[in-house]
Amino acid sequence: MKTLAELQAIREQMKNKMNIREESEAGTRIVVGMATCGIAAGARPVLTTLSEEVAKRELKDVLVTQTGCIGVCRFEPIVEVYEPGKEKVTYVHMTPEKARRIINDHIVNGQVVTEYTIGAAE
Amino acid sequence: MIRSHILVCGGTGCTSSGSHEVIAELNKEIEAVGLDKEVKVVMTGCFGLCALGPIMIVYPEGAFYSKVKPEDVKEIVEEHLLKGRIVKRLLYQETVEGDDVKSLAETNFYAKQIRVALRNCGVINPENIDEYIGTDGYMALEKVLTTMQPQEVIDVIKASGLRGRGGAGFPTGMKWQFAANAVGDQKYVCCNADEGDPGAFMDRSVLEGDPHAVIEAMTIAAYAIGASKGFVYVRAEYPIAVSRLKIAIEQAKEYGLLGEHIMGTDFSFDLEIRLGAGAFVCGEETALMTSIEGHRGEPRPRPPFPANKGLFAKPTILNNVETYANVAQIILKGPEWFRSMGTEKSPGTKVFALGGKITNTGLVEIPMGTTLREIVEEIGGGCPNGKKFKAAQTGGPSGGCIPASLIDTPIDYESLIQIGSMMGSGGLIVMDEDNCMVDIAKFFLEFTVDESCGKCAPCRIGTRRIYEILDKITRGEGEMEDLDTLEELCNHVKANSLCGLGQTAPNPVLSTLRYFRDEYVAHIVDKRCPAGVCKKLLSYEIDPEKCIGCTLCAKNCPVGAITGELKKPHSIDKSVCIKCGVCETKCKFGAISKK
Repeated sequence: MKTLAELQAIREQMKNKMNIREESEAGTRIVVGMATCGIAAGARPVLTTLSEEVAKRELKDVLVTQTGCIGVCRFEPIVEVYEPGKEKVTYVHMTPEKARRIINDHIVNGQVVTEYTIGAAE
Repeated sequence: MIRSHILVCGGTGCTSSGSHEVIAELNKEIEAVGLDKEVKVVMTGCFGLCALGPIMIVYPEGAFYSKVKPEDVKEIVEEHLLKGRIVKRLLYQETVEGDDVKSLAETNFYAKQIRVALRNCGVINPENIDEYIGTDGYMALEKVLTTMQPQEVIDVIKASGLRGRGGAGFPTGMKWQFAANAVGDQKYVCCNADEGDPGAFMDRSVLEGDPHAVIEAMTIAAYAIGASKGFVYVRAEYPIAVSRLKIAIEQAKEYGLLGEHIMGTDFSFDLEIRLGAGAFVCGEETALMTSIEGHRGEPRPRPPFPANKGLFAKPTILNNVETYANVAQIILKGPEWFRSMGTEKSPGTKVFALGGKITNTGLVEIPMGTTLREIVEEIGGGCPNGKKFKAAQTGGPSGGCIPASLIDTPIDYESLIQIGSMMGSGGLIVMDEDNCMVDIAKFFLEFTVDESCGKCAPCRIGTRRIYEILDKITRGEGEMEDLDTLEELCNHVKANSLCGLGQTAPNPVLSTLRYFRDEYVAHIVDKRCPAGVCKKLLSYEIDPEKCIGCTLCAKNCPVGAITGELKKPHSIDKSVCIKCGVCETKCKFGAISKK
C-alpha cells in the first residue's frame, strides 16, 4: 500500500528518469565527442561526470549525449554545449574536474567558462 | 547514472520476429563494453510499425532502428553507444535524409497519428508500474477518488462524447449512467478483450503495451457506477497480453491501487481475469457474460440489457479495451480536450490494425474523420509492388468493403454505416487488384459459419446457405437468380438473428454485392474470375511464341501436367492441372499466364 505522497514521489522520480525518452528541442544539449580520439584522450570519465552531475543536481531539460569525431582531435576530449537561441560553446581538453565546473558555472549559472573554450586554447 | 535508454518492442509482432533475442544480445554486448551502468535496455509494447520488426529506438538521440537482427547488435553497441555514431545503414530508412537523421514524428507513418489510447505503447515498460505512474498514471484515479462524486465522473465521460470502440459506437457515458441508475446489491465492471475479428490486434496491443491504463479506467468506472468487482475477459490466444495483465494486477494490488480501501479511501474494487477459449461469439456482450458465469458462451435476447441485468443477473457495464484506454486521459485533460480531436459526432481518435496488401502493416491511431485515402496512401504507404488499391475491409466479418471510388470517405461511425460498412473494432484489411471480392465474401462467411454458436436458426442455417451459394458462384456454377436469393437471404438473416454475430454476418456479402456486382456477374455469366483467384475458373496456358522449351516448368509441375520436347514449345494438360501456379512463377520467359 502506497500513500498518495509516496505515489507522487514515485511519479516525480520516474519522470526524471524517463524524460530522456522525449525528443524535445527546447532543452540544453551537452555533447561529448566519443570517437576513438576522444575516448583515447579520456572522454569517458568526462561523460560519466557530466551525467552524474546532471542527475545529482536534478537538472531538467538538460541532455547529456555523445557524438563522433568533431574533427580537431588534438583538442580532445571535446564537449559542446547547445542552448536554444544561443551560440554553441565548445570546450576542449576536458577533464572530470573541468566538467564539474562547466555544469556549475555554465549550465546552472549561465556563465560560460571562457578559459576552457576552444577560443582560449587557440 | 543512466544516460541512454534503448526501447525495444516486446509486442507480439516483434516478439515473433525475434526481439527477445535482440534484447538478450544487447544486454550481453553492453556489459561486454562496460556500458551497463550508463545504458538501460527497456522492453516496451507495440510501436505500431509491425512490418519492420524487431524495432528499437535509442534515446536521447531518438534513433529508430528497424528489422534489427541479433548479429547487428554488436555494431550498434560499438558504434552508436560507445562512439556516438548512429548506424544509418540499420535505421528505418524513412528517417534518413541525406546526412541527416530526422525525428520519427516527421515520417509519413507517424506524422498524421495522434496517440491517445496508444500513448504509452512503445514508450514505457508495461511490466513496471513505476513507469506507468511516471507518465501520470493513476493520477486520474486519484483525482476521481479524492475530488469527484460518482455522478460527476459520469458527466465528464458523457460530455466528452466518448463512444464504444468495440464497433457499435454506443455512448460510453450513457452506458455508465444506466448502470449507475440501476438498483442492485452488487454491480460489475467488465472489459471486453475478446478481440475476434480476423486481422484485428488493437486491444491486444493496448493490453500488452499499457495494461495499467485499462486497470485504472475500470477502477474509475467501478467508482462511477458503484461496483466492487470486475472481470477482464481476454482470449487465451493472447499469452503475452494475459501475462502482462496478470503482472499489472499484482503490482496494482501491491501498491493499494486495487483491492480494499484504494488509496486509503472507503472505495474497494477487485479485478480478475477470465480467459476465453477463442469463440468469436464470446465477443458479443451477453455471450461474453454467460461465458464468465461458467456456462457455454451463447447469447441471450436483450432486453433486459446488461446495465440492468448483466453478469450473474446484476447491473453490469461492459466496455472494450480501447474505450477504457481513453478514460483516464479524459478525466485528466477534460472533455473539451477530447472533443478537440475527431468529428462532432465521433470525437477522439481510433486505433486501426492495418493489414492485407499494404506496405506498412501495423498499428495506427488517427483522429476520427481522417479519410481512408490518408490512412491507406500516406500512413500505410499504399499497396506494395505498385498494385492498384481496390477496396478496404473494415469491421471484419461484421463489416463491409469500401471500394476505391469511396476512398475519400472520412472514417467515423456514421459515414461508415452510410456506405454499408461499419467501424468494427478496428481491423482494416487492404485489398488490391489481385483480390477477388466474391472470394473475400466467401472467406468471411466461412468464418461466421464456423463461429455461429447455433442457438438461433437464422444464423445457424442462414449463414451456411449463404456460404453454399457463394461457393457455387466461385465454382462457376452460379446462375443470375442466385444473386436475388442471396440478397433476400442476407436481409432475412440480418433481421432475424438473435445477436450481433448473425445480424452483421451478411454484411460482407451485401457490401460486395453493392459495390462489386460486376465481379459476381463475371463469375456467373462469363465463368471467369477477373482477379484470377477462384481456381475452378482459371486455366494456365503456355504462349508457344515465348516458350523456348527449357523444360523448367515441366520439371517443377507437381502433377506432371506439362509435356513437350526439349527446345520446343510445351503445353499444359488442363484435365490434369491443379492450378497451383508453380509453372508461372518458375518460367523465366513470361510464357505462362493464367486466363
